[in-house]
Amino acid sequence: MEHLSRRKFLQISAATFGAGAVATQVAPLSSAAGAAGEVKAIPTFCEMCFWRCGGLAYVRDGRLWKFEGNPLDPQSRGRLCPRGTGAVGSHYDPDRLRQPLLRKGGRGKEQWAAVSWDEAFSFIAEKMKAVKSAHGAESIAMFNHGVGARFLLHVLRSYGAINYAGPSFAQCRGPRDVGFTLTMGTDLGSPEPTDIENTDCLVLIGSHLGENMHNLQVQEFANAVERRIPIIVVDPRYSVAASKAKHWLPIRPGTDLALLLAWMNVLVSEGLYDREFVAKYGLVFDKFAAEIRQYTPDWAAEQTGIDAPTIRATAREFAIRRPASLIHPGRRVNWNGDDAQRSRAIALLNALLGNWGRRGGIYINHHVELAAFPLPKYPKSDKPKADNPSLERYPFATESVTTGLRETTITGKPYPIKAWWVYSTDLIHALPNEAETLKAIDQLDLLVVVDTMPSEIAGYADVVLPEDMFLERYDELLAGWGRQGWVALRQPVVSAPADQKPAWWMAKQLAEKLGIPEAMPFKHIEEYLAYRCEKSNIDFAKLKAEGIVMGPKEPIYAEDGAAIEFGTPSGKVEFWSDQLKQAGFDPVPNFTPPEKPAEGYFPLITGRAPVHTFSRTQSNPLLASLMPENSVWVNGGTAARLGLKNGQVVKLKNQDGVVGQPVKVKVTQRIRPDTVYMVYGFGHTNKMRKHAFMKGASVAQLTTRYKTDPLMGGTSLHSNFVTFVKEG
Amino acid sequence: MLEVTTTRHNPGIDPSLHVWGWEIPLYLFVGGMVAGMMIFAGWAMLRTARGDDTKTFFSVQTPLLGFMLLNLGMLALLLDLAHPLYVWAVYITFQPASPMSWGSWVLLAVYGILLVSALVRLPESWPWLGERVPVLAKASQYFTGSPARMRWLGYINIGFGIAVGIYTGILLNTMVARPLWNTSVLPLLFLVSGLSAAAAAMHLASRVFPGRPAPLSLVGGAFAAMTQPIGPQPPEKSTVNALIRADVALLAVELVLIALLLMSLATSTLSQIEAARLLLSGKFGLVFWVGVVAVGILLPIVLQALELSHRIPHTVIPAVLVLVGGFALRWVLVNAGQASEIVSTAARL
Amino acid sequence: MARYGMVIDTTKCVGCMDCVVACQTENDVPVGYARDWITTTVRGEFPKLTMEIRTERCNHCENPPCVACCPTGASHVNDLGLVKVKANRCIGCKACISACPYGARYVHPKGYVDKCTFCDHRVRDGRSPACVSVCPTHCMHFGDLDDPNSTVATLLRTRKWHVLLPEAGTRPRVFYLT
Repeated sequence: MEHLSRRKFLQISAATFGAGAVATQVAPLSSAAGAAGEVKAIPTFCEMCFWRCGGLAYVRDGRLWKFEGNPLDPQSRGRLCPRGTGAVGSHYDPDRLRQPLLRKGGRGKEQWAAVSWDEAFSFIAEKMKAVKSAHGAESIAMFNHGVGARFLLHVLRSYGAINYAGPSFAQCRGPRDVGFTLTMGTDLGSPEPTDIENTDCLVLIGSHLGENMHNLQVQEFANAVERRIPIIVVDPRYSVAASKAKHWLPIRPGTDLALLLAWMNVLVSEGLYDREFVAKYGLVFDKFAAEIRQYTPDWAAEQTGIDAPTIRATAREFAIRRPASLIHPGRRVNWNGDDAQRSRAIALLNALLGNWGRRGGIYINHHVELAAFPLPKYPKSDKPKADNPSLERYPFATESVTTGLRETTITGKPYPIKAWWVYSTDLIHALPNEAETLKAIDQLDLLVVVDTMPSEIAGYADVVLPEDMFLERYDELLAGWGRQGWVALRQPVVSAPADQKPAWWMAKQLAEKLGIPEAMPFKHIEEYLAYRCEKSNIDFAKLKAEGIVMGPKEPIYAEDGAAIEFGTPSGKVEFWSDQLKQAGFDPVPNFTPPEKPAEGYFPLITGRAPVHTFSRTQSNPLLASLMPENSVWVNGGTAARLGLKNGQVVKLKNQDGVVGQPVKVKVTQRIRPDTVYMVYGFGHTNKMRKHAFMKGASVAQLTTRYKTDPLMGGTSLHSNFVTFVKEG
Repeated sequence: MLEVTTTRHNPGIDPSLHVWGWEIPLYLFVGGMVAGMMIFAGWAMLRTARGDDTKTFFSVQTPLLGFMLLNLGMLALLLDLAHPLYVWAVYITFQPASPMSWGSWVLLAVYGILLVSALVRLPESWPWLGERVPVLAKASQYFTGSPARMRWLGYINIGFGIAVGIYTGILLNTMVARPLWNTSVLPLLFLVSGLSAAAAAMHLASRVFPGRPAPLSLVGGAFAAMTQPIGPQPPEKSTVNALIRADVALLAVELVLIALLLMSLATSTLSQIEAARLLLSGKFGLVFWVGVVAVGILLPIVLQALELSHRIPHTVIPAVLVLVGGFALRWVLVNAGQASEIVSTAARL
Repeated sequence: MARYGMVIDTTKCVGCMDCVVACQTENDVPVGYARDWITTTVRGEFPKLTMEIRTERCNHCENPPCVACCPTGASHVNDLGLVKVKANRCIGCKACISACPYGARYVHPKGYVDKCTFCDHRVRDGRSPACVSVCPTHCMHFGDLDDPNSTVATLLRTRKWHVLLPEAGTRPRVFYLT
């Protein structure tokens, strides 16, 4: 009876959905007919978050029934996270954008006229041509987050655009990518190649696995818990991960770098680091070791509130288990504004453990290189990229900086940015200090927002284009990174319920209207996908039927022959970074204590909930019913002192006097007395988002103050202090 | 420090159970009254069979009044059902472990018993009908002419009256999940409370339009048939005093049973202690102390005792208070009971 | 006949509610209702804390009070030994809801009483319940308690476990490993 886990494919249909698919009526959830209908399972990959797990979508009597993991997918291993399982709700989400909208009245007034796609693209093309002729195509920028951006971005670049950025760099993993690039010469990619499944000691710096649903990592984390390996969690909050840890270090927010430096100090001074690795791959270790000497556990205890014996004990805990010991690099690491250096410290710590390319550490990941479809080359431009011209603003940024692009839009220097395409990212929630985003929008001649849901920024758009959700469309192939590479296909499972269209189709219409139809030389994306597969020796029909094709098995550990290479200027792990020194930065990370808040104010930290993705899912009927709103976590003692009761509604006011939306208080012992916490992504104000309107409070709205990482432009998310305003 | 959170928020279940509203307390109250009335009527029938008091209000009007009240109660039950179109499903089976199944069949029988009992004296109590349907006189004579049959009818009324009076208490009693109800005092409490409510109701009914000639018409006659003693005279003093004395005695017993209920809860496990706390303080405490104890029991006892010793004039106020208290008792038990739950001592440590 | 039960490792459960969503899509549970849910219990005072996370549902008790009290037999134990409700025999009297110590039942908007069925339609097909199949931490196990080689039986033999409200005398068949 056990091991009932192999999913039985009831009937896999390789149905093709052409561009002329008839829109089906969308009925509300749970009025489906009984389970006895005809069932089809169609493989695709998820877009509820950026992990893109492979899944099987079940259709019963022609209606979408459920979405489960594809057992062939190496990332989901047949099990999706709650957002994936709830993806069906996004198809039925009552607040979905249904047709193209053209703004009537002032920006932000949310007055719309429903128009045809043709009208919408005519309008857009006219505006874009005007911008190009007045300022050049470089003045057209794109912000994007999602697989679907691929062809829209391609058309924009074919038109001459050179400025495009995703918030996932400067507002999320960017500092980590740069910290690791500076140290090891490579960013860690997505997903991070963390060998949690085989590690003998896992250290989470702020990472809240279990509340963030990084699939496979959560599966491996649970496996690590079962194996009873020591887990060390550093977090001002008693997260789910902390509750399963051997050591929970309830650190003072903003002081993690001090702890990391002290840990390195212990490893170096007690000789617990991997000498062989350092000798073979390390550069200028001695200068580093000398620099580290000052960061004693006693010093760190002062800064972090974690006592020195614990600092030593935990350091020894993970050091003695090297190289099968892992300091998780984290993902959304933009906390304080010095995050690239903190991430570099994590990289250095991992380097001291010698776990690069080692079992239980950071494995060498692989992916399948797919053949490209022949597309026309992009026109050359002699203008610098506007976000970070000549890398002067952020010398070590490895990708474009969204906030840099925003800044340029506001100032017009070095040249004006006059049009924004915003694909599937709610910049009002994603970028810090909403006021600046609105100021930037004021400078634009054109703001186009492409999304499935009415985001906050869609409320300010000139044109809103409704994309169909991932279960309704084709997208670019996924070449997944992992222990073994794989290729996944996204294909339509059901028709879009209204006039929503896939982004590749939008790109084609745009290309036509802009007069560059040759940029999208295929009639239907299936041609494109089939071509790429064939040229890569992948059976397209098989891919359609099974959803996943695995790449070759290659070694992931040094002991099995995986190549250990470091793409740094020296080709070695740079314990002491000369390039940083040359640029006027600390060659070894240096700790700056966080600011102290004013009397009565608390640092506001934020994180994720397992049932929501950013600000996207709050009106998904399935997911919203599990968590309709967020709450502000307040320590029990603090609450008693302030006269706050569990469930009481308050407003938070930040240091700049901005008052947030009403939110319930969660009185709990699970957080430091001097800190408060709220899950990100709530407090929607777009009137079209009826089912999520004003539910919970927005953290973004309170994020008016931020520090910019001087190395790479990352913007801090934990730089605001709040006090309580009790509701009358 | 203990923090327990749940993600469940099912309507009617969370944050605390509330699936039975006013309908069930109303049915329990009415049902209890009808049970009490059947017992009083049965007792009167036994006296009739013995040869005394052939025309007492108890054996004449009460069954008809009970029949009407039972309709009200059954309507309340029907209104409570969430899937009423399937109510027939109760009557195609018998589930011996389910007090509700027992009750459903008993109530069916009770309808029959009440109808027959009402029919027995209908020609006298409702002359308008008696004249128009001569076969009623024959049916009536079948019983009133035979002491043996009257005696059986009496025993059946008493027996089924007790059954109706206690089965609802048993129904609640069997629910281990609701610690407030999980006590064997409940069936007896419901029975005694039902009897006292029946006495108060009959007292009240006997005072409606006393002394006027009983109307003979359809509507007026039907109403009079349910509420008036036969004939133009007010009820005999001795009858009324008997009712009052009975009521006082029943209220005293009820008070003792409530005290026993609270004692047994307070000396039982943590779940029962918490359940008692729910009843005695907080939300339900007000209704319990004021509605049930003060207004529904203590005050009527005092007032009726004073009436009996002629210190104060005779009014219907005590009867009304008893009825209010009777409903309040059902209401507070049903609602506080749903709110009570098993407290996991393991989780509390 | 198999005696089905569920064994859940609370040390691994992260409370992500995947089991809740999976049940809802698999069984067309009306939005706003849940057949299963997550309960977290936090003990202690900052910073000395412990937390137990449990995924809960109907326990398909071996002594089910919800079956005893049903006047129509709608609430019954079926051929697989699972506690189920026949919607077309349920009158919606809600006695079973009051009788359940776990609050596992609810009144479906259509009027009948509803609850977790251990996905018996899947069990008949040789598959485990939706919640068990989806769990990303692999903390849920389902199987025949009477088969000594089954995972569930083996776990109960080798690990510490508890059930919910054993004092209610219901003999639940969902076991929590600690």
